Amino acid sequence: MSDRSQLIETGQPFNFDAQRDAEFERLIKRYPSRESMILPALWLVQEQEGWISAEAMAYVADRIGTFASKVYEVATFYTMYHLQPKGKYHICVCRTLSCYLLGKQEIVDYIIEHLDVKPGEVRADGLYSFEEVECLGHCGSAPVVQINGEFYENMTVEKLEELLATLQ
Amino acid sequence: MQVKVLSAKFDIPDANTLEVAKKHGAYATLDKIFAMQPEEVTEIVKESGLRGRGGAGFPTGLKWTFLPKDTDKSVYLAVNSDESEPATFKDRYILVRDPHLLIEGIIICCYAIRSHAAYIYIRGEYTSQVKVLQAAIDEAYAAGYLGESVAGFDFQLDVTVHRGAGAYICGEETALLESVEGKKGQPRSKPPFPAVEGLYGCPTIINNVQSISSLPFILANGAAAYKAYGTEKSAGTHLFGISGLVKKPGMYELPFGLPILDVLEQVAGGLRDNRTLKGIIPGGSSTPVLTAEEAKTVTLDYESMAAHGTMFGSGGIVVLDDTVDIVKLVENLIHFYHHESCGQCTPCREGLGWMLKIVQKILNYEGTMADIDLLLELCDNIEMKTVCVLSAACTMSTRSYLNKFRSEFEAYIAHSASKHATM
Repeated sequence: MSDRSQLIETGQPFNFDAQRDAEFERLIKRYPSRESMILPALWLVQEQEGWISAEAMAYVADRIGTFASKVYEVATFYTMYHLQPKGKYHICVCRTLSCYLLGKQEIVDYIIEHLDVKPGEVRADGLYSFEEVECLGHCGSAPVVQINGEFYENMTVEKLEELLATLQ
Repeated sequence: MQVKVLSAKFDIPDANTLEVAKKHGAYATLDKIFAMQPEEVTEIVKESGLRGRGGAGFPTGLKWTFLPKDTDKSVYLAVNSDESEPATFKDRYILVRDPHLLIEGIIICCYAIRSHAAYIYIRGEYTSQVKVLQAAIDEAYAAGYLGESVAGFDFQLDVTVHRGAGAYICGEETALLESVEGKKGQPRSKPPFPAVEGLYGCPTIINNVQSISSLPFILANGAAAYKAYGTEKSAGTHLFGISGLVKKPGMYELPFGLPILDVLEQVAGGLRDNRTLKGIIPGGSSTPVLTAEEAKTVTLDYESMAAHGTMFGSGGIVVLDDTVDIVKLVENLIHFYHHESCGQCTPCREGLGWMLKIVQKILNYEGTMADIDLLLELCDNIEMKTVCVLSAACTMSTRSYLNKFRSEFEAYIAHSASKHATM
């Protein structure tokens, strides 16, 4: 359990773009209940905007025809939904079991010290955001780091340095 | 030691594409199964001895027979691809290297249970994996293996991928159903069991990716061919994930029943830097730890694990050597369960946080001997007092470390006593 109750308003109305609109319409036919679209619709919002604003949640609720509270409840329960803008590069370091045994802490310490961003925060210039996350399912190639959804396995501080150099 | 039953196509380049998969036998069982009655398919799966590969090991074919007969409601299949148990990384290989094996398995299962809609619940973190899986499903639709008429037979089937969003609890089958219904992943009280009242209040079967992907081999080659692998009660093969402090960690397909230490040496290359074995977590973080001494007589099957007071679990084996600090490891694990508690039941929501604070206090050299007993008491008071077994997974494993490696906790506490005495 973590506190993820804060909602951020952009002051701008939200709408799906044409591609997400079509995907929403394709998917909603697959479920006998419209509320099943809450998780997929929030993913579509996040794919489009990078995060989920208060307006986007209201839009999803309207589009599905359900209560905004139900969308809010889901968006705040599932930790992968970003309720604030993230950095250009969102770095997740697995902290659990095999990654812990194989030295994830060195990577975490490197990020805090050299990238100047703490777990759960976005760096002031918006380049990096950083999260320590629970098991990412890559235990056989630990430690693992995920950046903007891509997995990087058997990571070391050196490999992370090289990788970040190519990303900027 | 390694075998290629489930993983037969894993090393073939581009086997995730329909063209290559078909060249190597994908969808070849469909003619055979559609010539049978659904009940005959179920019977073969029962005979094969296939057990649920998600962790519980419940017989797969038997589970299907719990569906009500002659129901007028829709029947659903939910494929559990949440794979969030620490140390578990097997299903991901199927999703990426042979997704058509999973789709063929889904067709077989849905025909047997008379379902026309399957949902694959995949953990949100598997971003690249979900793309490969979705591409395979799209190809299967385009080629007529899914949709109105599966492979030209009078059988309609839709397969939909439903992405989770970072909640371990959604691997629990009723939390998974809640999540598909668009809710928080909070487990349901049972009964009613999902086979009677599952998704949208309808009869539902929930099977793990690996269980479903075992079906094409069984239907193609027969129950006896599958039972030729493994032991009498633990039939077949398993995708083992070996991680931790070994030379060659990775995913290996092995028959059930091999001695765990032989596998550690001969498959995983033995311990790193010629260190000494301290213990083995046999089947994911939730399974009680085995000491090096206990491991000497353990074989990789459900019965041997149970006889040694632990569980086969997901087959995610973690090797611990003599450099591992058990107290820190336990802190890491309780942190996981506390973070992943859905918050529904008080003993879990509050109790795991309390346990975490005590272990952190011990690590900070502020613990007392009474804290060890308090931890054990908390384990007893949390366990089986909640809707699901998330907290029990934490307490059963924690208790095993406290009992088997108590001296490591005591060493921290003795150090704190001497520290405070000199202050």
